[in-house]
Amino acid sequence: MTHKIVRKPIDKTHFDVYNIIKHTDIRRSHVANAHRHVCIIAHIRKYVKDLQRKTMEERTILHSDLNNFYASVECMLHPELKAYPIAVCGRKEDRHGIVLAKNYAAKACGVQTGETVGQALAKCPGLVSVEPHFQHYAKYSRLVRQIYLEYSDLVEPFGMDENFIDVTASARLFGDGEKIAHEIRQRIKREVGLTVSVGVSFNKIFAKLGSDMKKPDAVTCIPKEHFREIVWDLPVGEMLGVGRTASQTLYRYGITTIGALAHCPDELLTKKFGISGIRMKQYANGEDFSAVMPAGYHPPIQSVGNGITFRADLTDESEVWPMILALSDEVACRLREADKKAKGVSLTVKCCDLSVKEWQAKLDSPTQNALTIARRAFAVFCRNYTWAKPIRMLCVRAIRLDEADCAEQITLLCPAEEMEKTETVDQTVDAIRRRFGRASITSAATLRLDKMPHAAAEAE
Amino acid sequence: MARKVYVKVNADFTPEGRLLPRKITWENGCVYEITRILDRARAASEKVGGGGIRYTVVVNGRESFLFKEDDKWFVEGKR
Repeated sequence: MTHKIVRKPIDKTHFDVYNIIKHTDIRRSHVANAHRHVCIIAHIRKYVKDLQRKTMEERTILHSDLNNFYASVECMLHPELKAYPIAVCGRKEDRHGIVLAKNYAAKACGVQTGETVGQALAKCPGLVSVEPHFQHYAKYSRLVRQIYLEYSDLVEPFGMDENFIDVTASARLFGDGEKIAHEIRQRIKREVGLTVSVGVSFNKIFAKLGSDMKKPDAVTCIPKEHFREIVWDLPVGEMLGVGRTASQTLYRYGITTIGALAHCPDELLTKKFGISGIRMKQYANGEDFSAVMPAGYHPPIQSVGNGITFRADLTDESEVWPMILALSDEVACRLREADKKAKGVSLTVKCCDLSVKEWQAKLDSPTQNALTIARRAFAVFCRNYTWAKPIRMLCVRAIRLDEADCAEQITLLCPAEEMEKTETVDQTVDAIRRRFGRASITSAATLRLDKMPHAAAEAE
Repeated sequence: MARKVYVKVNADFTPEGRLLPRKITWENGCVYEITRILDRARAASEKVGGGGIRYTVVVNGRESFLFKEDDKWFVEGKR
């Protein structure tokens, strides 16, 4: 049965913030009224902060994590696989032959996500390797999300297999967080045939931590009144927001548990990690105010990237240029679709020994043109890459994005007429591709690239 | 071990839009009439894998499951 979710009435503070925003056109005459706007923004920030603190005390957040997602979907669709240790591995022919996911039997043999198929087979000779089926994973991810949406409209995905769900306003309909978590867990098992681990807490960080504590098919509660006893003895690296490098640095200073981080002096954290150090400490103390965003919310695009692992390693610059051009073409195309312009380019190179290098460069003016992006990326490459090793993978990313119609400073070296001409060419190429397909028009340099993987070549 | 048998299904749409399966045609061509529908719920098939909307139906006086998985119908057949 589907219930309609009735949200709590907006309280006075929320109402005030709404009114300030409604009656203030921040974009209008912002130069003349700069001071006024700064004051208003400060007011809004204060209200929002108060509101966040207030709501935090009452929040019930779930973090639901589908156990061994890819491997579980394969076992669910083919029950005969359940008897064996299995690993979902990328295609060897496209040089993606690494373990993407494994079931508990394979885990027990020491198989780890990210290692090569060869390494996994050495640890577990009976391992059954399964090709990934991403269309199935997308389908089951969607089905599970539909179940979450019956309990709240605040469902924020965190990858394909994880979701945050704010059920604060659903308590009257469905019961407390723990009851809802168990109901969700049982329904997913019965209706979809997959298992989830659910963490229940008063903020997103601890909800995520809870879902990692008991697996599979389990619910873990971290209530506000007991979080110190439950969380503070855990290793610091298990908390969301503390990455591997940060964790290693903290260990060097004797900060091994979340509790130790919670008591760490601010000066040390600021010195070592800057503002994110203080944020980590706040998280350890249960002070995470971040909201669970409503379903359908898409965070603003920060960058647009395209990368390819080649069928064989690239060995000289004449092979690199057409690949960069092909990657930039896709990036530029997606920039134009998203109505964005890039003010910078980032190039990532993965060598044959899997070591990774990354460089960034500014663009002279904001652009969504493939050739401009490709030239900048190639210049960065030629300046920095020493050819100590052949190249396995390249990724071109458009960064520092701005709206396509934003005002821009034109340089004397790049005449406006030239830019208009380039834009017209891009628009024409887009129109041809819309009408006759993606492969109907492309740069001559990107034709017949032998080392391009099949899938990418077909897309071209 | 059971096996997944995709079958042809004759069904009716009620004026309210409900889909009611009426007849199942087995892979060898035999037609079985569904005399009653006892339940309809989303469920996974533990025996043969996959799942969808599961109809608990009565055929020849015996209860069995009929699944609608996307646009296809299947039953849990014997090996």
